[in-house]
Formats: sequence, C-alpha cells, structure tokens
Amino acid sequence: MREFTRGVLERVARAGAGYADVRVVQSREETVAVKNGKVDTVATGRDRGFGVRVLADGAWGFAASATITPEEGERVADLAVRIARASARVKEKDVTLSPLKPVEGRWRAPARKDPFEVKVEDKLDLLLAAEKRMRIGPDIQVSSAGLQAYQECKVFASSEGSYIEQELTETGGVIEAVAARSGEVQNRSYPAQFGGDFRLAGHEWLEQLDLAGQAERVAKEAVALLDAEQCPSGHRDLILEGSQLALQIHESCGHPIELDRVLGTEAGLVGKSFLTPDLLKSRFRYGSEKVTITADATLGGGALGSFGYDDEGVPAQRTTIVDKGVFTGYLTSRETAPEIGQVSNGTMRALSWNRIPLIRMTNINLEPGDWGLDELIRDTKDGIYMDLNKSYSIDDRRFNFQFGTEVAWEIKDGALGKMLKNPTYTGLTPEFWRSCDAVAGGPEWRVWGIPNCGKGEPMQGIRVGHGAAPARFRRVRVGVGKW
Amino acid sequence: MRDKLATAGDGRIMDFLERALGWVEADQAEVVLRTGEESLTRYANNAIHQNVAEKSGEARIRAVLGRKVGLACTGDLSEEGIKAAAREAVAIARLQPDNPDFKSLVSKEDFEAVGAPAAPPAPPAPVPVFAAPRTAEFSPEDRADAVKGIIDRAKSRGLVAAGAYTTAVGEIAIGNTLGVRAHTPLTSASLTAVVMSETGSGYADSHSRDVTRIDPSAVAIEAVEKCLANREPVAIDPGEFEVILEEYAVAELTEYLNYLGFGARSLQEGHSFMSGMLGRKVMDSRVTIHDDGLDPVGNPLPFDLEGVPKQQVTLIDEGVARDVVWDSFTAGREKRTKAKGPRRSTGHAMAGGPFAQNLFMAAGSAQKQQMVADCERGLLITRFHYVRAVHPTRTVITGMTRDGTFLVEHGKIIGPVKNFRFTQSITEAFSDVRQVGRTRKIQGGMFGAVVVPAMHLGRFNFTGRTEH
Repeated sequence: MREFTRGVLERVARAGAGYADVRVVQSREETVAVKNGKVDTVATGRDRGFGVRVLADGAWGFAASATITPEEGERVADLAVRIARASARVKEKDVTLSPLKPVEGRWRAPARKDPFEVKVEDKLDLLLAAEKRMRIGPDIQVSSAGLQAYQECKVFASSEGSYIEQELTETGGVIEAVAARSGEVQNRSYPAQFGGDFRLAGHEWLEQLDLAGQAERVAKEAVALLDAEQCPSGHRDLILEGSQLALQIHESCGHPIELDRVLGTEAGLVGKSFLTPDLLKSRFRYGSEKVTITADATLGGGALGSFGYDDEGVPAQRTTIVDKGVFTGYLTSRETAPEIGQVSNGTMRALSWNRIPLIRMTNINLEPGDWGLDELIRDTKDGIYMDLNKSYSIDDRRFNFQFGTEVAWEIKDGALGKMLKNPTYTGLTPEFWRSCDAVAGGPEWRVWGIPNCGKGEPMQGIRVGHGAAPARFRRVRVGVGKW
Repeated sequence: MRDKLATAGDGRIMDFLERALGWVEADQAEVVLRTGEESLTRYANNAIHQNVAEKSGEARIRAVLGRKVGLACTGDLSEEGIKAAAREAVAIARLQPDNPDFKSLVSKEDFEAVGAPAAPPAPPAPVPVFAAPRTAEFSPEDRADAVKGIIDRAKSRGLVAAGAYTTAVGEIAIGNTLGVRAHTPLTSASLTAVVMSETGSGYADSHSRDVTRIDPSAVAIEAVEKCLANREPVAIDPGEFEVILEEYAVAELTEYLNYLGFGARSLQEGHSFMSGMLGRKVMDSRVTIHDDGLDPVGNPLPFDLEGVPKQQVTLIDEGVARDVVWDSFTAGREKRTKAKGPRRSTGHAMAGGPFAQNLFMAAGSAQKQQMVADCERGLLITRFHYVRAVHPTRTVITGMTRDGTFLVEHGKIIGPVKNFRFTQSITEAFSDVRQVGRTRKIQGGMFGAVVVPAMHLGRFNFTGRTEH
C-alpha cells in the first residue's frame, strides 16, 4: 500500500498542491437480527476505497474512489487538486495547519474473539434465545434482538511524511420488546438504543452483554408500561441512568465543543454552538463543581471513541473540557486549533474512505463522582428516575434540549415508587449542568458506545464513546407536552 | 468493468447484471447494482470550506434457499468482488432456519397480474426519463460559481452565508432469476442556503433532478430577504398558537408521518398511527396525501429495490386513512381476501422495509398572504429543526423552529420572535386545518422527495423557547 499512497502523493505534488493526505480503507460488517421467533436479517457488507485530500491555492479539495489502482489514483489526485482550485475561487483566507511531526505508526484495538469467525448459527442461537424469553404473553407485539460487527483496516499517508496503519473491530447488540394493548404502545430495550451498546471488542462483548439474562425483565417492563401512569408535568429532582446521561453529554457537551462547529462550518446544516471562544477566555461556568468532563481518545477497556491516531495523523489525546464546572477546552483539528492559538488535540475522523475527516467526539466523559445510585435515590425526597433514551432533540446552538426516555419511576422520600410512562425532560444546557449536585462513580461508571453520531454533508455516522454514571439534577422541568 | 458501470445511461450495466445473477448458486437470486458519482460543495463564513467528489458503487445480492434468505453487499464491483459476495449470500442463507413469512422473490407476473405498468425494457435502451444530462456534466467550477453568487449577495447586505450544493449522477439496475429486470439512470441536484446576521437567520433551498432548474439567485434572494426580516427577534412566551407553516415546515411533518406510519411493516407490527385506523378519519378533510413514484414533479424513481414498478398509493384521502405502501415481503404476509385477492407489492421496497418515496400533499386554494390576513394571533414558521418522534402511534414529535419565526396579529406580521420548541401530535395538528396553500414546493426527505403546500393550522403546542 506504501507504493500506492506514494504514487498518489507524488501526483498531487506534481500538480502543485501544498499539502496532501491519502487514506485507504477496507472494511467489513455483519448484521444479524431476529424478530418474533424468526430470522429477520442476516447480512454482510464489504467496502474498500481511497480518498485524497489536498490543499491547493490555500483551499481544500477532496476526491475518492472505490477502485484502488495506480491509474485511478492519478485520476483522483488530479480531480482533488482541480476541486481545491475551484474552492480557492471562493475563499476568505488561506487554510493554515497547526504543526505536526511526521509519524510512522501502527495501532490495533484489541479483540479476543473475531466476530467474523463466529458461526452465524451461534449468533442466531444467542439472539433467538434472548428473543424467546421476551415473548411472555399476548401484550408483546414485537420482540426483537440484533447484533452488529464491524472491522476496519485503514492506512493514512501524508505529504509531510506520516504513514500510519490502524485496525479495529467493534461489536454491539440490543434486545427490544414492544407491548401493545387497546391502542397504547410502549417499548423497552437493553442495554441501549441505536442498535445497542458498542465496544471496540470482539464477540466476547456480545456474550458479556447477557442479552438473554435481561430479556424477561425488559418484556415485563414493556407490558407494565401499558398500565403505568403518565409522567407528571412540573419541576422535579431528576436522576438519569448512565446510558441516558451519555446521550445528554453527547448532545449538550460533545457537539458544542467541536471547534469547527463553533467556528461556523456546520451552520448550513445542524447549526453552530453557544460555546463561543470568548467563553473559553472568560472561564465560562458551564456546570456545577460536580461536573468535570474530559475528551479522551486514549481510554482503554474497549471505549468506542478510542483510536491511535486521528485522520490527520495526530496522536490520540486526553483533554479536559470542563474542569469542576468551568469550560476549559474544545475538540480541535490542525485547521481550527490555530484560530484559538492552539495546536490540534487530535479529533479529526472520517467515516470511511469516501468522506473527509471532521472534528468528531472521541470518548466524552463525565468524570465519576463518589455517590452510588442507591445513595442518590435515598437522598432524593421528590424526584424522578429516568432510564434509557427514546427521543432527543436540541436547538441549532446546542442550548435548548428535550429528551424522552423509555421509562421512569417516581422517587418519594428516598425510595423508588410507581412506574411512569412517556417521560420527558427539557432545559437549557448551562442551567441544566449547573443543577447537577451529585454524580455516581465506582462500578456504576462505564463507557457507553454510540455507533452512529451524525455530522456533516454528506452525512457521516461515526463511532463515539461516553463515560457516565447515574447523576442527579435539581428541579428540572419534566413531563413536557399534552398527553 | 468498474469504470464502465459508473457511466450513467450505459446499458452495459444490464449485461453485467445478467452475469452476476448467474454467479449466485441458489434457488432464487436477486442482484441490485448501483453506481454513481456524487459531488458536494459546502460553504460557510462566506467561503467554500469543504469540496468533495466520490465515485462509488454497490452490489446487493440476495440468495434464496427455500425459505431462507441471505444478503451480502459489496462495494467491490469487480467480477471477483461480486462472485465473493454471491458466495457469501448463499452461505448465509444455508446457515439459517426457515422464515415461514418469506414466500418468494417477486416475479414479473406478480405485478403484471394487477395491471401495473410493464417493467422498464431490458437493455440496451435505458431511456433517460429521470436523468438530466446537464446535471451529470456539472463541474466543481460550476458549483463554485453558483455558491459565489449566493455569498456575494449575502456579503452585499453585510450577512454571512452557509450551505451546500450537491449534484449526483448514477444508475441502478435490478434483476432476479424470476424474470424481473429494471434499469434507470438517475440524476439529482440540491442547493441549500442559510444566511445569517448577528441576530437572526434566513433559509432557502431548491431541489431537482435537473440542475438547470436550480436557480441560485432565487435561493439567495429568498434566504437573504428572510434573514433581513428576521433581525433582532424578541422573546415571547411559549404556548398554544395558530400557525402558518411554510412548505419547509409542512414537508418535515409529512415526512414524519411517512416515517411513523406510511409503511406496511409498522402497520403490521402495530406501531403505525395507521394501525387499526384504515378507513377511518385521522385528520382534517383538507388533507390528502399520496405517493407517486412516477410523477416528475417530485424526485421520481420508476421502480423499487425489488424492481417492482411504482404504483400510485393514496395514503390519506380527505383526512381518511386509506392505505400504506407495501413491498413483497409485507404483502406476502397478508391474507388473501375474496374481494381483492392477494395483497401485492406497491413497489415501495427499501432496505429497511417499505416506505413512501415520492410524497405529494394536495394543494388548496389559499395564498400565504391570505393565510396571514386570516390569522388572528399566531406564528409564521419558516422551518423546523432537529425533529424527533416522542410517541410514534400518537405521532407526537418534538423539535425547534429555525431561520425565521414571526408573530402574526390581526392579520399582519408584527415581527420576528425567538425560536420555540414544540411538542405536538402531527395528526392532531392536521385535524384543525384552516387553509392549505395553492402552490407546492419540492423538498428532499428522509426517503426521497416530498411535494407540499404551505398550511394554516388552528393549534400548535409550543413547549419552550431558546435564546436566539
């Protein structure tokens, strides 16, 4: 592959480009799903190709192709330069990159059991066993279970002399029960939404999830929701379980700290960020003293947002984003970091060979506190405990948000009470995080893997992680809307 | 072979399809070949900041052994790549238990039997009905020049522009061992613009399969004028308001109805808002929605992912839930009735089940100015942002307003207001329709295109607001 990438980079240099990088990506994936006792999907996918990113006349161009041959490499290199020169017709200033020493590197995410070596029959057995346990009665309308595996080999080479090879394997799975009766429909899932909880790991992670062990509880809760009371409207102390808190971190912290978004490059699509650079200078109080948030691409344990090097060749790093409530840092790239007087902290990633890298979340973590979930509940007089995301929405500055969860329980005088259906909560980002007065830790802190964080045009759904444990927020507005 | 396949309108893709079908050693086989080139110029802060082009393709192979179906996809369209995918699809099928719900791949007789239009002819005659040659030729320089026009207009008024210009050309070929053959070249073009001042923003877009029908100047004028009207919005309290929804906002609601219930899979599984409601009134009689994959006003595609010709399906007929769209799998699960015989696919198969892909809401007779004049106190809303489903069967969704929200009182636009969050049932909102616009606009949707008018609705529930 060195010969191919060298040829592409030489071609770009001959065309007069100032900087270039080329990524060659080969991937495979597998999806297995069952529904109502039957096989729903068994599908595999393979993909390969390369993308060339160049700076010419001070502007970016990118071209990509699925055909990896020297001739196609030259065509794509020429096209990338032509596109860059077209970009230069409409520029405000030349792009400059923060400095980077050339890297020769190799990184591989550990995976014990190659998921593509595990027989399809075994995967179906695992899923069908879990799915069967959810069929507990006539109210269960749909019971489903699914798993996904993904493997990627990636080569990065740049005109500055970097050459990096990386390999990863990821797996994740989910079960879901949909209960229906008399026009009411409710669902419960495990362990998370969006296809489940994903890790940089092999098939061992799917076994560890113990889908079958949770199936009956999931189904019973789905049925119980049919008769549950509607979540009340008003202001309550709110305890969020870890996976919901992971999504709260994702939407209200992870996205607004992407410096490209802050500088306006997503304004034409999903919007900008309220966390403008003046707030970094003024040490903006983002949250309470209990809130410390880090971006850590070096996290082990299969954290989904970990890697060795980003897609600009910058080594993975850990950055403090919010330090005891004070806003202290962004996710940056080689192009954006100089805008705030810094160098890249290595967060540029592309979905695959046919996409440009953008600033993406790594593992954005709410650092653990010293509470336990039981202690949090015992310490809460009038509250609601919400579990597992069902809907999410946030405005185009990442300020006003609303989330819904699958289920909630009221908390009265330090104990969990009755189950509540259709729970929602809403707020404004800094007010919400400033209301956080307790964060759990210890074994309740873990990293949740979200495989499909969306950003950019064409849309790129990328893998990110969020370390979180249950946490409490005071007097949050719950029960939004008319029911 | 790869390069030849990627040439839109080239009938050789069908020759390759025939060979690929022969490589699948199964009882039945289906091959879907897609190739294309997509280019996108993205701009922000009055400059192009991302500019990309991609040439790619995919083969999707289904192998059927009895009642077992294996699916393998590959981006490697070499002969070796497709043969490998064919072997994998067969291997996957072999390892499965039977799925009693699966009957068969579709045959040509299936759709001819119900009087559907004949399948597109076999090669070598792909008629470029839905492809525009100028779109295929559109260059990076053309896109840059168009974007520059928008930016120049924004800058001339002291504003900042962002958005994207996308053009794509490709072809799709589908065949199976039961005689189905379908092939068409396709093109598409899309231009979006968000224009911003320090205190407000405006939006406009344009979509067409023919790039010559995109008017960057018109997009620029609309976005700039909306931005200028939307300066220094004031905060007012959320609550229930009459609303005048521009076409962008109506399209979003219509697409969510599609996502939440216009497909047969969600109907059969009981989580569609149409479940148990067919033949019953579910919204105001001024609302009629149908899907027509052949209507060139939208973004037509003459057949679905199984090669079945598109049928026009009336989904909501003067407020009454009439039908959903079907693929062969969901149709095959339905019981035959004496009156109608077996249920057939309507030609709406997609990878995740059947969905409507070319939706049309019937126009009314009102002009937007009249809607404003007839509004006692309400909000004029340009578009919605980050909409998500809260409760699918009740069609409750939440989202924000964006790029121009205006207070209307006593028939006049008073001025811009800060953006609201809404939490609202779509079917409830569509059950109190005051007026429907006389003109319609095409919008790109989650699954295809949506062609809708503006609407004046009696009630819409705003549950929060933001600071801009």
